[in-house]
Amino acid sequence: MSGEATIEVTNLHKRFGQTVALDGLSFTVRPGQVTGFVGPNGAGKSTTMRVILGLGSIEQGSALVGGRPYRSLRRPLSHVGSLLDAGALHPSRSGRNHLLWLAHSQGLSARRVDEVVEQAGLQGIARRKAGGYSLGMRQRLGLAAAMLGDPPILLLDEPFNGLDPEGIVWMRDFLRELAGQGRAVFVSSHLMGELQDMADHLVVIGRGRLVTDTSLAELLAAASRGLVRLRTTEPGRATTVLREAGATVAATGPDALTVSGLASQRVVELLGRRGVAFSEVSEQRATLEEAYMELTSAAVEFRAAPAGEAPR
Amino acid sequence: MSDTTTPYRSGLPNGRAGFAQTLRAEGTKLRTVRGWVIALVVAGLLIVVMAAVATFHRQNTFQASPGSPVVVAHPFVPQGPGGEAVTDTFSFVHRPLAGDGSITVRVGSLTGLLAQSSTSHSTSADAQQATRPGLVPWAKAGLIVKEGTKQGSPYAAIMVTGSHGVRLQYDYTHDVAGSPGTIAAAAPRWLRLSRSGDLLTGYESADGAQWTRVGSARLAGLSETVQAGLFVTSPETRPSAQAFSSPSGSSASAVFDHVDLRGQWPEQSWSGGVVGAGTMTPTLTSGGYHQSDGTFTVSGSGDIAPAVDVGSTPADTLAGMFVGLIVVIVVGALFMTAEYRRGLIRTTLAATPRRGRVLAAKALVLGAATFAVGLVATAIAVPLGEHLLRVNGNYLYPVSVFSSVRVVAGTAGLLALAAIIALAVGTLLRRSAVAIVAVIAAIVLPNVLVITAALPLTASQWLLRLTPAAGLAIQQTLRAYPQVDYVYSPATGYFPLAPWAGFAVLCAYAALALGLAALALRRRDA
Repeated sequence: MSGEATIEVTNLHKRFGQTVALDGLSFTVRPGQVTGFVGPNGAGKSTTMRVILGLGSIEQGSALVGGRPYRSLRRPLSHVGSLLDAGALHPSRSGRNHLLWLAHSQGLSARRVDEVVEQAGLQGIARRKAGGYSLGMRQRLGLAAAMLGDPPILLLDEPFNGLDPEGIVWMRDFLRELAGQGRAVFVSSHLMGELQDMADHLVVIGRGRLVTDTSLAELLAAASRGLVRLRTTEPGRATTVLREAGATVAATGPDALTVSGLASQRVVELLGRRGVAFSEVSEQRATLEEAYMELTSAAVEFRAAPAGEAPR
Repeated sequence: MSDTTTPYRSGLPNGRAGFAQTLRAEGTKLRTVRGWVIALVVAGLLIVVMAAVATFHRQNTFQASPGSPVVVAHPFVPQGPGGEAVTDTFSFVHRPLAGDGSITVRVGSLTGLLAQSSTSHSTSADAQQATRPGLVPWAKAGLIVKEGTKQGSPYAAIMVTGSHGVRLQYDYTHDVAGSPGTIAAAAPRWLRLSRSGDLLTGYESADGAQWTRVGSARLAGLSETVQAGLFVTSPETRPSAQAFSSPSGSSASAVFDHVDLRGQWPEQSWSGGVVGAGTMTPTLTSGGYHQSDGTFTVSGSGDIAPAVDVGSTPADTLAGMFVGLIVVIVVGALFMTAEYRRGLIRTTLAATPRRGRVLAAKALVLGAATFAVGLVATAIAVPLGEHLLRVNGNYLYPVSVFSSVRVVAGTAGLLALAAIIALAVGTLLRRSAVAIVAVIAAIVLPNVLVITAALPLTASQWLLRLTPAAGLAIQQTLRAYPQVDYVYSPATGYFPLAPWAGFAVLCAYAALALGLAALALRRRDA
């Protein structure tokens, strides 16, 4: 699959001197989704993004956008919009002029600049010097710059940094809307929580390697391990019935049980057929943060592991 | 996950993103940082203001003769047939020659006197000065055919010299060597100058029998009747190879006999005099001649040659260029290093992945902007400075329109190239302060050392051959002449390389710096 709006990263290897930065990293970013790119600081997220944008060299592997290396794109901003560092501005150039030179580099008009200024909600400050912008304003300006070429792929490095809660909501809604239009939105973050309720897919890396490449739903399901919480006035009978069906049951209170090994529908079905009274059956949902912590504790490599081979 | 998602398709019209767009983007970048625009305008203003400051107080005064009022003016400087400033002062014993003919003479001796102390640029007719015997290398005695006695008129002459042997010289700038050797009573020298139409040919002989042709000169448009005869002159000397030192006068005296005239010489007696008495050329003696029994003793002082050290050049109005250079170097370096400092370079290279193209566009935009500012500034500064110099009584060497344009546009070119080198070094070093200091040290420092004559002459000349400062030669409007002894130093407007050769050295540095910068930019991670 090498659609117009796809990022394909295959077996990336890169080192900075002796330090291995990327170690056989592969993943795919698909259109119509927000793909979260997660990993602790230093995991190689920014390095990967720079490699995708043709800014950093690699020793091995390939990074393709829309099936082509970024550096072969004739008008790159109409293929990929990127925001690497919101602070990458000349402080005495106005935000609008920053967008204007970028637009000129792609043969785009000043009218397009005004469009993205409005889209990013920068009308009031676009003509002021960028040096006076707050970090939140800079993130908006960076997003406006990424939108200049109306690209099918967006690549954003830590776009939530420095945003106030209102800004975070705005950014989330904006990125979701872009994905809804069929664009591939690739967003890095070192905080899993920022991606909850926004990302459809997650690429988790640590020490330059892929930890997991999965949909958000799968990740959460795996982290929840199929735990079902049951509230019943007959915990003894319920335990017997469910154990007969092969489940593991643990008492968590006088009238509360935790069941694993059976889906919640099956639990309801079994108890109903045997006439066991129950007042509540619920699936225990893990938060994304919990799922992430579990993943990262499994892959201890990026906590305190010594350099070298680490378990997958 | 839905694989049925329709990928996004932009509704924006297709545009072009070629080199023209990169150029436009870099142009927008340059003009949207107000500090850079202001700096460039200030650089231009400084060049103009410094032209006025440097020339405003440079007053030249001059006293035509003792007792006459001192005026803000300069003594008369004659112009040769080629339009160049010349010195044309010598003792001349002459008769009219109305058509073709020749004159032959034997030079029996050539001796001289040197002033003990330096002369001033006054023309006090007969300053009584202590002298000692001595002959300067370019003391001249011989035969001359000249359009008239007016200074600067065309001539051709065959002569013996203090230590440069026999020479055929004509129209001030031309010099043909004959046989070497000095004149002594035991070793006299015979000379002959023959005229046929506008062709003059000089001969020499050791014995008056065996003649050797030294060379010929065609003096286009020479009148039918010309003045021809014997001449003696002796130029001023400089005590050491030091620019700005005062010259001291000298005189020479020669004994001629066996004067033989052939051809169309009207019956008229010899008349003697000094051509160019009372002009700027310092003279030691008033000159004179004595004739007895066909033997002429002629003494004189001065020179028949291109003039040196008498005036100002367009480059003298461009003192502000050094400040301008520093400003454009700062802007040039920042145009790149500011992007590295903020990480903006990544945005630039993400928008234009062809990195060489980015560097080329930056260099072109920066070069064009600094050239334009420089051109406007120098096009105002040079005429303004020249006007002020003239008003203040200074002599300006005649400069052709082409040379003036070359100085004005070439100086703008120097600014543009300096900015481009700063851009390239900024790309290599990625740090503003280091890049700026390095480029100033490489370009401005040698220029300043050279112009202020802070270094020995040979060191200066090597700097002007090997360093980017060689480009300064583009401001050169004077030519060095081997037949005039003078300290031809950069400080007085003479460069070891020709204007375009020096400029080419600077261009080569710019090309080298850009090449290295392009290589580094392409190979490095951004």
